[in-house]
Amino acid sequence: MGLLEVKNVNKRFGGLQALGDVNLSVAENTVHAIIGPNGAGKSTLLNCLVGKLIPDTGSVMFDGQSVLGRKPHEINQMGISRVFQTPEIFGDLTVLENVMIPCFARRDGAFKLHAFETVMNEAEIVDMAEAMLTDVRMIEKRDVHAGSLSRGDKRRLEMAMCLVQQPKLLLLDEPTAGMARADTNNTIDLLKEIKASRPITMAIIEHDMHVVFSLAERITVLAQGTPLVEDTPENIKGHPKVQEAYLGQSHE
Amino acid sequence: MLGLNRKDSLLFVVVICLTMFAPFLLNPFPEGSELAQFNAGYPDLMQRFVIFGIFAIGFNILFGLTGYLSFGHAAFLGVGSYAGVWMMKLLTMNVIPAILISVVVAGLFSVLVGYISLRRSGIYFSILTLAFAQMSFSLAYSVLTPITNGETGLQLSLNDPRILGVSEVDGSIPPANLFGLSMRDSTELAMGNWLFTFNVGYYLSAVVMLIAFYVAIRIFRSPFGMMLRAVKSNQQRLNYTGLNTKPYTLAAFVISGMYAGLAGGLMVAMDPLAGAERMQWTASGEVVLMTILGGAGTLIGPILGAGFIKYFENIFSKINESILHQWFAFLPDGLEDALVFMVYPFIGKGWHLTLGIMFMLVVIFLPGGLVEGGQRLGRLFRRRRKTDTKPGAGATEPAE
Repeated sequence: MGLLEVKNVNKRFGGLQALGDVNLSVAENTVHAIIGPNGAGKSTLLNCLVGKLIPDTGSVMFDGQSVLGRKPHEINQMGISRVFQTPEIFGDLTVLENVMIPCFARRDGAFKLHAFETVMNEAEIVDMAEAMLTDVRMIEKRDVHAGSLSRGDKRRLEMAMCLVQQPKLLLLDEPTAGMARADTNNTIDLLKEIKASRPITMAIIEHDMHVVFSLAERITVLAQGTPLVEDTPENIKGHPKVQEAYLGQSHE
Repeated sequence: MLGLNRKDSLLFVVVICLTMFAPFLLNPFPEGSELAQFNAGYPDLMQRFVIFGIFAIGFNILFGLTGYLSFGHAAFLGVGSYAGVWMMKLLTMNVIPAILISVVVAGLFSVLVGYISLRRSGIYFSILTLAFAQMSFSLAYSVLTPITNGETGLQLSLNDPRILGVSEVDGSIPPANLFGLSMRDSTELAMGNWLFTFNVGYYLSAVVMLIAFYVAIRIFRSPFGMMLRAVKSNQQRLNYTGLNTKPYTLAAFVISGMYAGLAGGLMVAMDPLAGAERMQWTASGEVVLMTILGGAGTLIGPILGAGFIKYFENIFSKINESILHQWFAFLPDGLEDALVFMVYPFIGKGWHLTLGIMFMLVVIFLPGGLVEGGQRLGRLFRRRRKTDTKPGAGATEPAE
C-alpha cells in the first residue's frame, strides 16, 4: 500500500477524456515521476490530487484517507504540499514572512485569530523559518521583498515554504519549466539535497528527461489520459511504448 | 511602548500630540483676520475629523490589508447610528451604552453581510456590498419607518422612556453626556486675538480614536495582519499552504464593520440623531476616497485622508463669490472679475471639483497617497541634509 493511491480515476471536460482509468501508487520515501507528452493529463491528475478538480469517478487515497471532496487547505493540512509551475509566493511580503506563514499554518491549523500578538515576538516561528532559509541558503535575503527575487530564487523560496511544513508528500508541477540549464541543475541539486536530508515522498510532473532521469526512482508514463507503463528509470528508457508515445507514432 | 516597536511608538505619540493639541493646531489664524475662515478648530468639525478618522482606519483594515474593496461600509455606520439613538431613547442619555450597542449591532450586521459577500472576490464582492448598503438605505427610508423614522430621521423626543435616565429636564431633552459631563460643554481660552475651544465631545471622540488607532497598529503588526496581507498578495498560495482564507477575510470584514459602527455611535453621541442618508452610496464612496487619498495599507494614511476631505468639505465650501472679490480687490476691475470667474467653479459649492482634481492627481502621481508624498519629501530632505553637512541627523518619518 503506497502513501498515495489513485484508483480508476476518470475526468472528462466536455467531450474530452482528460483522464481515463488512471491507477497510480506512490510508495513512501520514493521520488515518483509522472511524464508524458503535452496534453497527456499530467496537470489534470495533479489538480485532482490537491482538490482543485474533483474526478468524475474513482478514488484518491492519501495515507489511508480519501482526499476527494476536501478543500485545498484541508488537503494541505493532511500533509500534501504543492510546488507550482510558476512559483506561487507572496510577492508583497518579505522572504522571511513568506516562510513564516506556512509555519503558522503548521502550528495553528487552518485558522487562528492572533490579532493582538506581534509577529516578530513569535520566537519559535521565526526560528523555524530562519532555519529553513539557512537550509536553502537564502538567509541573507530574509528581508528582501519576495516579488523582487530572481526566478530561481522564487522557486527556491517556494520549495522552502513547502518544506518547512514537513509534508509527507511533496508534489512538484514542472519545477524546472522555463529555466536555463544552470538553474535546472541547481534545482536538481536542491531536490537531491532535500531528499537526502529528510524522509520525504515526492511526486514530480516533468517534461525535461534530464531532470526525470536524475531524480526519479519510479516513473509512470501517461499518454492521452491513461498510464502507459510504470517502471524504474532504466527500464523506461528503452521501453518501446514510451518511445512510441513521445515520437508520436500511431498505435495502429 | 505598549508592545509597539520604536517606529510605531513614535507614530502613535505623534498622533496623540496632534489630536490632543488639535484645538491649537487647527486654529492658527487670529479671530477677525481675513484668514480666520480657514480655521478648523471648532468642535463640530474637529469631532468630524476624528470620527471619520475612525471610520477610515477601520475601512483600511479591510481594504488596505486584504485588498477587498467594500462599497457598502456606510451601511454599518448607519446601522450603528440607529442603534445608538435607540439606546438613548430607551435607556439613558449616557453615551457609553449607545456607543457599545452601535459597535455590537454593526458587528452583527457585518457578519451577515460579510458572510454572503465574501463568497465572491474582486469586483463582484464590491458590487455585493454596494447592493447590501443600498438595500439598507432603501429599507431605512421606507419599509423600516417604525424603526428608522424614514425621511425625517430618527430623533429624540420628550416622551421617550429613558428607563435609566430622565425623559426631560426642564421641558427639554437632556443632553448626551458621559456620567453627567455634557458632550456639548466647552471651555474657551482666549489668548490675544486667538480663541481656542476645548470641547468635551471632541476629547471623548479623540480618546476613542486613539484607542482605535492603537488597536489598528497591533492588528497590522500581528500574525493575523500578516495573513491578511498574504490574502491580498496571493490567495491561492495561502489556500495551498493549509490556511482557510475565509475566516480571515470575514474577521477583517467584521472588525472594520465594528469600526464603522463605532464611528456611527460617536456621531450619535455628539449629535443624537440618525438619518438614512448616512447609509447612501456616496457616504460609502467617501470613505474609499479618504483611504486611497491618504494611502491605503498605511497606518496614518486613512486619518490624513479623512481630515483632508472633511476640511475641504467644510472650509472650501464656505468660500463664496464676495470673499473672492475681497481677495482679488487689489487687482484692476476687469482682471479681478476675470480671475473670480475662473476660480469660482472650484470653491463654494464647487469644492467637489477641487477635491476630484486633487484625488486624480494623487492617484496618478502618488499611488501611495498622501503618505507616499510625505515619504518622498522626507527622503528629499534627508538626501539634501546628507549632501550638506550633517549625516544621520535624521528627520523622523511618521509616515507608515
